Amino acid sequence: MRRIVLSLLILVSIGYLSYRLFVGIHHDESLLVAMKRENQRDLEIPVEHALFEVLDQEFKDVREVTAACLTCHNGRGNEVMKTSHFQWIREEFVEGRGVIKLGKKNVINNFCIGVAGNEHSSMKCHAGFGWEDHKFDFADERNVDCLICHDQSGEYVKGNKMAGLPSPVVNLQKVAKEVGRPSKANCGSCHFFGGGGNNVKQGDMEVALLDCSREVDVHMSAEGGNMSCVDCHGDANHQIKGKLYTISSMDRNRVTCIECHTALPHDERTLNKHTAKISCQTCHIPTYAKVNSTKTSWDWSTAGKLKDGQPCHEKDSLGNHTYLSIKGSFEWGRNLQPEYTWFNGTAGHYLVGDQINPDQVVQMNSLNGNYRDLNAKIVPVKVHRAKIPYDTGRNVLIQPYLFSHNKGEGALWQDFNWEKACEKGMEKVGQAYSGHFGFVKSELYENINHMIAPKEQALSCVECHQKNGRLAGLTDFYLPGRDSNSIIDFTGKLLLILSLGGIAIHGSLRAFSASNLKRKKGRK
Amino acid sequence: MEKKLVYIYLAYERFWHWSQAILIIILIFTGFEIHGSWQFLGFETAVKIHNSASTALLILIVFTIFWHFITGEWKQYIPGTKNLLAQIKYYLIGIFKNQPHPTKKKMRKKLNPLQSLVYLGLKVILFPMVVITGLLYLFYRFPSDGEIRSLKMDGLENVALLHTVGAFLIVAFLIVHLYLITTGETITSNLKAMITGYEELEKDEQDDNDECQNNY
Repeated sequence: MRRIVLSLLILVSIGYLSYRLFVGIHHDESLLVAMKRENQRDLEIPVEHALFEVLDQEFKDVREVTAACLTCHNGRGNEVMKTSHFQWIREEFVEGRGVIKLGKKNVINNFCIGVAGNEHSSMKCHAGFGWEDHKFDFADERNVDCLICHDQSGEYVKGNKMAGLPSPVVNLQKVAKEVGRPSKANCGSCHFFGGGGNNVKQGDMEVALLDCSREVDVHMSAEGGNMSCVDCHGDANHQIKGKLYTISSMDRNRVTCIECHTALPHDERTLNKHTAKISCQTCHIPTYAKVNSTKTSWDWSTAGKLKDGQPCHEKDSLGNHTYLSIKGSFEWGRNLQPEYTWFNGTAGHYLVGDQINPDQVVQMNSLNGNYRDLNAKIVPVKVHRAKIPYDTGRNVLIQPYLFSHNKGEGALWQDFNWEKACEKGMEKVGQAYSGHFGFVKSELYENINHMIAPKEQALSCVECHQKNGRLAGLTDFYLPGRDSNSIIDFTGKLLLILSLGGIAIHGSLRAFSASNLKRKKGRK
Repeated sequence: MEKKLVYIYLAYERFWHWSQAILIIILIFTGFEIHGSWQFLGFETAVKIHNSASTALLILIVFTIFWHFITGEWKQYIPGTKNLLAQIKYYLIGIFKNQPHPTKKKMRKKLNPLQSLVYLGLKVILFPMVVITGLLYLFYRFPSDGEIRSLKMDGLENVALLHTVGAFLIVAFLIVHLYLITTGETITSNLKAMITGYEELEKDEQDDNDECQNNY
């Protein structure tokens, strides 16, 4: 008895020790609190701008506001002019192409295709004033828009179709006196509305983030971290950290979770080991577009239909446009599961003039990486699928002319004539055009990085570790619970069946012969 | 020949045998859940239990290797060709004719030549294969200097597949083992012996002499 008790005791202690070995030690909760206190910045505006005489004037032109800012903040204008917020282009190294100049200015996407030729409308989101065409002066400091990022009155808005100039109703004097560190609303005024409406393009950045629950975004929620964009997307000399890989190509100047959370943030060893191949976002953003819908597909080929000679629109039950004469048909999604892909921080892009194969889906951008790439991790993405125009004679994508102020200039949104829009658009980007167009399927990959859920809502193991889990599409590695070798499994099962069959036969033969022997004995 | 109740399985040996049995059954159950063969505990729980049980088994194995060497019990597993054919013949034919076991179980020779061979195979091939692949499975990625490093291994595939092959072989062994324990003197005599340590064996002069030597 004593031995049995002793054995059990030993067994239990071995079990406990091995359990502890895997579970590890719990982090001290106060660490997070301490970290928060340490990183909390003083958000009070250090100076009272309202008291500056230079701002106390009737501004005729918004450029005068910029000039007034620069009287104190000298040199900052030149800083901003070097950034991609102003240039919309920068030098990037792209594998297979070398060093090229790349940015919103020249890269096309499968939403509103491209900005060239459509500046009047697109430049509403340019951090400058008056970029209407190629004559825009990138060297004039007064063309920098300080207010779009620094306005804290909430009253500064850019006008529609005004090439980046503010709406005429804005009281520039009032706005100029209420400036400060960029808030969520400043960044959001452009970044929430990519693609022409709230949450249309990105899917994980939208107005709901201005006032959301922890479940929507644990960092930005007032109940959570109450953080603003620039808490993570910090800057040096106005160069904001962070990348959007629809227009970026290099693994540099990225914002990472580990800057605050360290590379090994979990209590459990097994979870920490996953960080070698899985990005934080993969598990911690179970769904995106949590509040408002995002556009998932766009069919340009149906654009241009008119009802009684007038452009028309259709909406779904949530109020999202499903058809617009100027743009075509759309599909939307809410609370979407991301798709997943390998990503090493570098990307390739379709550039104007590249040949396509119209029988294949055109990749507008390609996120590089695979399992064997040491820098690559699995990341969540939104894939936007669209049918976009291409030149059937030359097999290149077409950048159509979309926007103009007047009818008869060939812009699709005025004249609803594809043929003219294609011809005019290609002329504006300096491309030859065969005169024939068609529509081709395309995919655009957008990294999902926001809308981090509270940790309780992170993905559980089985979301991926199963046959038809979230990673079913990534097949270049062995994933326990999903993968097996059919030959080994078949042979193994056969072996077990043979063993069971063998003992069944052997056992019944024994029973049979035993009773036989008994009977023989009995007869004797 | 005269029969005698012999203390054949020592206390540690029984402790080792039964805790190993429990752990292996736990490992099979959770392991095949991780493999995707069934869902019962849930993947996460299955992994946690599998990891803990494997560590416990590893500790047990280390102690048992030590025990085998200090007691000299490892010699039990030296396979011989003597009686090997006879033993196979017995299982295939003799057992049905109620013929006696060709090998006498003794304190110094607990295993028949077929058992020695199979157990040796388990101990030097199958278990090491499963243990080594298991350790690689667990530790080929490891935290070091605040980040995760990795052995130069092209993914888990080969390791996982070998681990699976081992698992199937162990289950097959378990099935046959459970059956063969019923082939003792009576159906339950082997089982009883592994529980109590005592088994009725034919008297063996040498055993009597050895008994005090082995009984620690």
